[in-house]
Amino acid sequence: MWTYVARRLLAIPPLLLATSFLTHCLLAAAPGDYFSRLEDNPAISAEYLAALRAQANVDGGLLARYWAWLTHAVQGDFGHSFHFDLEVFTLIGERLGNTLLLSSSALVLAWGLALPLGVLAGVKQGTWIDKAVGFISFMGLSVPRVFFALLMVMFAASTGWFPTGGMRDPIDWDDFTPWEQWVDVAHHTVLPALVVGTTQMARYMRQMRAEMVETLGKDFVRTARAKGLAPWEVVWKHAFGNAINPLITLFGYSLAALLTGAFLVEVVFGWPGLATLTVDAVFSQDEPVVMGSVVMATVMLVLGNLAADLLLGLVDPRISLE
Amino acid sequence: MTAATPKRRSRGPWRLLWDKLRRDRAAMLGLWVLTALYLGAIFAPFLAPHHFSTQVRERNWHPPQIFDLHLFHEGEFKGPFVYDTEREGDFIAEYRTTDRVVPLTLFAEGDAYTFLGVDSTRHLFGRADGQPLYLLGADQYGRDILSRVLYGGRISLSVGLLGILISMTLGMLIGGIAGYFGGAIDFALMRLVELILALPGLYLILTVQHAFGQNLPSSQSYLIIVGVLAFIGWAGNARVIRGMVLSLKAHEYVTAAEALGLPRLRIIVRHILPNTLSFVIVTATLAVPYYILGEVALSFLGVGIQEPEASWGNMLRDAQNVRYLTDYKWVVTPGFFIFLAVMAFNFLGDGLRDAADPRALDKR
Repeated sequence: MWTYVARRLLAIPPLLLATSFLTHCLLAAAPGDYFSRLEDNPAISAEYLAALRAQANVDGGLLARYWAWLTHAVQGDFGHSFHFDLEVFTLIGERLGNTLLLSSSALVLAWGLALPLGVLAGVKQGTWIDKAVGFISFMGLSVPRVFFALLMVMFAASTGWFPTGGMRDPIDWDDFTPWEQWVDVAHHTVLPALVVGTTQMARYMRQMRAEMVETLGKDFVRTARAKGLAPWEVVWKHAFGNAINPLITLFGYSLAALLTGAFLVEVVFGWPGLATLTVDAVFSQDEPVVMGSVVMATVMLVLGNLAADLLLGLVDPRISLE
Repeated sequence: MTAATPKRRSRGPWRLLWDKLRRDRAAMLGLWVLTALYLGAIFAPFLAPHHFSTQVRERNWHPPQIFDLHLFHEGEFKGPFVYDTEREGDFIAEYRTTDRVVPLTLFAEGDAYTFLGVDSTRHLFGRADGQPLYLLGADQYGRDILSRVLYGGRISLSVGLLGILISMTLGMLIGGIAGYFGGAIDFALMRLVELILALPGLYLILTVQHAFGQNLPSSQSYLIIVGVLAFIGWAGNARVIRGMVLSLKAHEYVTAAEALGLPRLRIIVRHILPNTLSFVIVTATLAVPYYILGEVALSFLGVGIQEPEASWGNMLRDAQNVRYLTDYKWVVTPGFFIFLAVMAFNFLGDGLRDAADPRALDKR
């Protein structure tokens, strides 16, 4: 297995080279640069602007600039953001943390809702509960995230029950005790996490129900029933453990999907994550930040897929990783 | 299998598929919804009461009138009509409904348009007094949202079809070549596929659009969107097709074709790939939403279709303003149409999959 992991990890550097070079070319192809907008500002002299450009190294040849970026990047120096007065590494680290917070909350929410509801629907097959769960999972699979996110913002704004965006209270945050800060962030996380997790939830719910229906029809469940076990014991101790197995494989694949799925949701909710950072950086042509976040997103995607494959190999003995 | 079918004529595979699909109510619903949406988009100039860019600034954020359609006024039959509205307040868009009856007419006079080479000013329906009709409300410039949704469907819905057409063709061709030839070609192509699959799609698309898509006429921006989405999308298809071709090429008819000395590309395209069609059709149907949502995402972020052109994505941009979202809730209407289209494609795709799967013969 370790050779497999090593081989997969070895594939990352060429991949990063390709994506970063591609991004670099695309950024270079865009008209103007970050400093173009400063040209109209009379308070900034042409000499100063030229000095800024020289310092930021935006004028050199395509390959020379890429080489300069690369030699620094391999040493862990992703440069300095033009827009934010911060090291790109620090900036992205912070934003990535926020994105992961959102994704993991979404995951917890999705599983937390999907498993009990899926089991319930499977047990109460054909009843209104089953139909309601079927309807929810169907809607969840079809609703576009942007639309759902906008509806949630509308809901938050109309009722005032939830904040309409951001990750923390813009005014009182600094006065909060750590506990209040925690509550505040959780309060801000609920709606975006719900939107991000909906598709996953719908998929798990449907799967869980199907597995449950199948397992409940098996002989060992009938035996358990015939033994006179309580219904809840039959469902949770005997059927559930067997029914959940295939879902674990699904879990792996959701890791990468969560990262990309959060993209527009972050923008709609103004969540300070990797996606909003990238969107802003692309628009302001903050090249070091775009380069850094594309590299980071690629790494996350590859690691997510690797984790999925490893999990698959662990759960399903038929799959050999060699 | 029922024995009660006395004369059994052999039905072709397409006929079989259609017969099974026809019995699937959800799939048929999807098909009807899609037919309606696409017809609406195609005939948008005639169906829409207004042109997508017609502004009536003093009627901005006019509320939807669709729930305000009536037939009877004070117990008297008047035919379909709406009550006239009057604006209250200069800065805040508030409207008061009066009791003046404004009948709606068929083939109403309105904005000029050219459709299929015919110049006309007739629209399917409109207000008899020539004033703007806002069945689904107006946006911040007093443009009719229904008209913009119909016109926007031309972009958003066709991106789906065109995108899947390109990416499927690429996927079949490249997957077919990789699977058939194997060896070094296969190795190289599959590494390319893996590379593309590992790209963070939206991040790159955003950069591409920003580099090339700015300040372009909508038609070019549209082509770039389709091209970029298809460039990312073909890889997954190619991988599956390759797998199918690997097993298909072991069949005798391929050996026979080779023995006849047919060109190899012809063997791939004419003999092997047609056998993947049922997979291709199902996958394509289920993948159309990916392209529709891709256009929506790009236009929503502001790097796709630009104003005043309408697309479902750029119409939703207005909804990013929380005040609009609460005061003028109809601003999210395009989202509902996106939802409808995605849902219909999912219905149809699920139905096609069941119909094309021979094992699912006696299900339900």
